[in-house]
Amino acid sequence: MIRFLRGVGSRSLDRLAGVGRATLVFAAALWRLPRPADVPLIIKQIYQVGVLSLVIVVLSAFCIGAVLALQFHTQLAKFGAQDAVGVGLALVLLRELGPVVTALLFAGRAGSAITAEIGLMKTTEQLSSMEMMGVDPLQRIVAPRLWAGFVSLPLLTAIFNVVAIYGGMIVAVEWMGGDPGGFWSGIQAEVEIWDDIGKGVVKSVVFAVVITWIAVFQGYDTEPTPEGIGLATTRTVVVSSVMVLAIDFLLTLSMYGDFK
Amino acid sequence: MDDTNLIEIEDLYFQRGDRVVFDGLSLTVPRGKITAIMGPSGSGKTTLLRIIGGQVKPDAGVVRVAGKNVGDLGRAELFELREGIGMLFQSSALFTDLTVFENVAFPLREHTDLPEDSICDLVLMKLNAVGLRGARDLLPGQLSGGMARRVALARAIALDPQLLMYDEPFTGQDPIAMGVLVSLIQKLNGALNATSLLVSHDIHETVSICDQIYIIADGKVVGQGHPDVLHNHPSSRIRQFMAGNPDGPVPFHYPADEFLYDVLGSVK
Amino acid sequence: MRMRTVEISTGAFVLAGTLALIFLAVRVSGVNLAADRSSYTVTARFDDVAGLQTRAKVSIAGVTVGRVAAIDVDLEYGEAIVSMELKGSGGVLSMDTGAQILTEGILGARYINLLPGADEETLSDGDEIEQTQGAMVLENLIGDLVTRLGAS
Repeated sequence: MIRFLRGVGSRSLDRLAGVGRATLVFAAALWRLPRPADVPLIIKQIYQVGVLSLVIVVLSAFCIGAVLALQFHTQLAKFGAQDAVGVGLALVLLRELGPVVTALLFAGRAGSAITAEIGLMKTTEQLSSMEMMGVDPLQRIVAPRLWAGFVSLPLLTAIFNVVAIYGGMIVAVEWMGGDPGGFWSGIQAEVEIWDDIGKGVVKSVVFAVVITWIAVFQGYDTEPTPEGIGLATTRTVVVSSVMVLAIDFLLTLSMYGDFK
Repeated sequence: MDDTNLIEIEDLYFQRGDRVVFDGLSLTVPRGKITAIMGPSGSGKTTLLRIIGGQVKPDAGVVRVAGKNVGDLGRAELFELREGIGMLFQSSALFTDLTVFENVAFPLREHTDLPEDSICDLVLMKLNAVGLRGARDLLPGQLSGGMARRVALARAIALDPQLLMYDEPFTGQDPIAMGVLVSLIQKLNGALNATSLLVSHDIHETVSICDQIYIIADGKVVGQGHPDVLHNHPSSRIRQFMAGNPDGPVPFHYPADEFLYDVLGSVK
Repeated sequence: MRMRTVEISTGAFVLAGTLALIFLAVRVSGVNLAADRSSYTVTARFDDVAGLQTRAKVSIAGVTVGRVAAIDVDLEYGEAIVSMELKGSGGVLSMDTGAQILTEGILGARYINLLPGADEETLSDGDEIEQTQGAMVLENLIGDLVTRLGAS
């Protein structure tokens, strides 16, 4: 019994220490503001996390938009409200699905890659050797990935939303024979620039911070073995996905909580 | 302070978890010489190099490099000190996304404001010294283990360091690569007028080039001196290590019951 | 050469992302960057706005001409004060314009319908619409019906 309690206690302390280390790494990396010399590094990382995630984001966006439109259409047609397909689609995408699904895809594609890459660099002593060469790995390796993540995810989210709305439009208008004018004017009448688009962007920025932070830290804190890298990569995807969903709930509550 | 020694370590204590790695270790590394630190696996040799480089903080004791106490240095001073240290890691630690050329150029670009053509000249010079000028455009993944280590060596000497540290440079190398590395380490120490500190358990290669050997075990220095002296050391344990005998004071068997009892026990 | 493709595709990505944001702002939210963003606000008092929300549309003969900007309550008179943002610069709708709260479809959202009058004077920024008809509340209607049936 005592051993069990001690196990729980020491594991909680481990967790706490982990959170502490994560915060220190994050703060230390951001503390070193990008210098002009870091710009090429950030560009390269935006390519790694942003451009390379583009294909999966665009494909998923198209499919999700199309499926949503199909479901909205079949349900709304029962009330003769096919013109509301566009509105429903746009609001659901801009407020929730766009930021959340893009964030989940980003965690799976870019987050895991960041963890694996940094973990491998740690395992093969690249981080140590950098330190021994008098170059700070937090500035050189960690910080550019953080900044690239912050920039990439909101942009990916915007692209996701546009593609998904078009995907939905193709289904609702081209396939189901809806009225394109009704589709767009419905959207334009309902969607507010701050309430719907702005808050969606805020969400995606928050998700970007959460995911890149977790990914970078898991890589940096990897146990330097091949199994360690595998574990850390899995942990990145799992932890950041759960965090994204939980934080989305809190954000939605605080942003739209007055819609009772 | 004695100016003949580049590194002075006094009474070093270091503990990792419950295990005591260093228990009052003291040693000195004289300038211009090749010093080897030997000892069985797990005796903390790599940790020692990291402590000297300031990557790991000891629990107690003083580590002085070029007269500066590593433990007292601030971040910036520590980074400055490291510019004067070249370290060859066991896994070579080349940056996998950079070419051989860029790997060697990395410390130069980070720490100097040299124009591109000077950097190019320097990099080719260093690569030439390790015989890999022709491999400049390859990526680390395309190199053999021995070549990777030579590139890492070229990178370590890019800034003409006063101290070169080698972490198990011979492990996992074929005989030719090993021979190349041995002669390189010897040549470079002379050419750069540097001090070398070598951590290894490959006796023959190490003995052939070093001026002084420290043998550490159980967190302490158990033997030191010129290779020839150690071969005839009074301690049987050190003689066993130097000769590489499989059995001796360090037993072949992991502590266990008598074999007979074990076998008969299982029959019963 | 490889770095250059990286740079170009990254540039294209950032550009595409920014364009997507602009597209969302312009095409999806319908923000018009052209001149006719001017609007004026009029208020109206209702005895009951049940279910009306801010951002609900304000229309004339089914054409949207503005939206509800705010809904406040006047505790003294027990009335709701609705501020409506109408497109244009005022001076078009007559002073005796009426406002009624209607429902889109049977279960749809509440909106405000304006019924232009015939007065010479016109509404401008800050004016109040006097003639209003609140929302039809289903419970009240049923209550009415029951009492009338009971009386007869």
